[in-house]
Amino acid sequence: MDQPNFAAIHAVGLTRYFESKCVVNNLDFRVPSGKVTALLGLNGAGKTTTLRMMMGLLAPTRGTCQTLGVDSQSMSPEHLSRIGYLVEGHYLYPWMKVTEVARFARDGQTVFDDRRFDEIVHHFGIMTSQRCGDLSRGQRAGVSLAATLAADPELLVLDDPALGLDPVSRRSLNETLVDFAAQTTTDDRPRTVLLSTHLIDDVERIADEIAVMIAGRLLIHASVAEFQNRVTRYAFDVPAESENESLVSQMQAAIDGLVESRMVGKHCTVCVADAADDVAEQLAKLSSGSVETLAASLDELVVAYLSRDRAEHSFLAKRNGHKVEEMSSSSVVTNGEQAR
Amino acid sequence: MLSIQITTGSDVPIFRQIVEQVRAAIACGKLSVGDPLPSVRALAAEIVVNHNTVAKAYAQLIRDGIVESHQGRGYFVAERREIFTKAERTRRVNVMIQPLVSEAALLGFSGEEVLAMVEKQFSKMVASNQGNR
Repeated sequence: MDQPNFAAIHAVGLTRYFESKCVVNNLDFRVPSGKVTALLGLNGAGKTTTLRMMMGLLAPTRGTCQTLGVDSQSMSPEHLSRIGYLVEGHYLYPWMKVTEVARFARDGQTVFDDRRFDEIVHHFGIMTSQRCGDLSRGQRAGVSLAATLAADPELLVLDDPALGLDPVSRRSLNETLVDFAAQTTTDDRPRTVLLSTHLIDDVERIADEIAVMIAGRLLIHASVAEFQNRVTRYAFDVPAESENESLVSQMQAAIDGLVESRMVGKHCTVCVADAADDVAEQLAKLSSGSVETLAASLDELVVAYLSRDRAEHSFLAKRNGHKVEEMSSSSVVTNGEQAR
Repeated sequence: MLSIQITTGSDVPIFRQIVEQVRAAIACGKLSVGDPLPSVRALAAEIVVNHNTVAKAYAQLIRDGIVESHQGRGYFVAERREIFTKAERTRRVNVMIQPLVSEAALLGFSGEEVLAMVEKQFSKMVASNQGNR
């Protein structure tokens, strides 16, 4: 925090194709040092591919990424020891005991804090004599997290750590991350956390910043509070004789930054990003009465952004003469390639 | 004793929930002048919220003149003083009165009845504040 402009990760024009499909598209992304940044997006938006390029596990087709000040494609083992990366799924050898995981993880690290490992493992209700194969999914997450955090990383990157966790394990995960982010490293550097997730409630608690990725691009990146301020929700009733579809296209033409519009009967709610002063006036022309400005929760705003993404997907699919089903099956193929 | 409950998925940002609940705890006498607040890290761990969010709430409370920070010793409930103009104080109270009035009207209470209920709460709060000193 003493260097507010320092970016722990700085991606410029980051692009990745899998065969002819563009998964990450000219992505510019600064992950600020000393903060917790949450990366949100639908499945297949390119989050995992982005994280893997940042970690140097995958070469970008174009563009560069500086991770803790070094090009992510040429990081030395010493440099990598400052970074913790938790992959999706928490893979552990089932035959290993938890104590053996610690010994195994320690081998690759310059620093390994056994006390921190034990604390985190206990916090997830695990005994170190247990075998990994006997652990629940939440407990496996705890062991992976403990092994990663014991190495005292300055930068922690987590790919969907809460995937499939029960509420108790999720709480343990959040508690561990909040505590971890509040401490500095042993050599007194601020810690940076970047995590991808779908759980907006958790993001609201633990994150400083939110970045939303849509179809390989970064759509919006703001602090949690700013995000909530930047999007405004309006509600109004439309005249009984107006046609919903033409109304929506009228709004799309008239309003810059329209994120989402929803019609339930003749009641319309719209979300507008960085709304101009005259948006309420514009909407009043379409309305049969007054236009109300509503407060919105973070959850509602993120969902508004993401449903626009889905709408655009199906719109593009229709325009290109494909059926929507074909579109979704092609994104399944992409996920398979990412996993490799 | 301060206990803070955070609601996610609300249209009130978490830092504001913290600010409001600390203010409420002071107003109803759960916290008195000079009482310490938990450290930023302790409160963050307790309510499972990012420490920067807690720090932001404390900064807001200091700006509002409700909390003081003593270098190296932590945060304390400050001596009450007026830092807002009369107009601003009136505005703040009006924001809270609006939902109260509409709910009361909906439930069929008259203005006098609501006033009496408000006065009763007020004297209860004053009594409990004196009890605490």
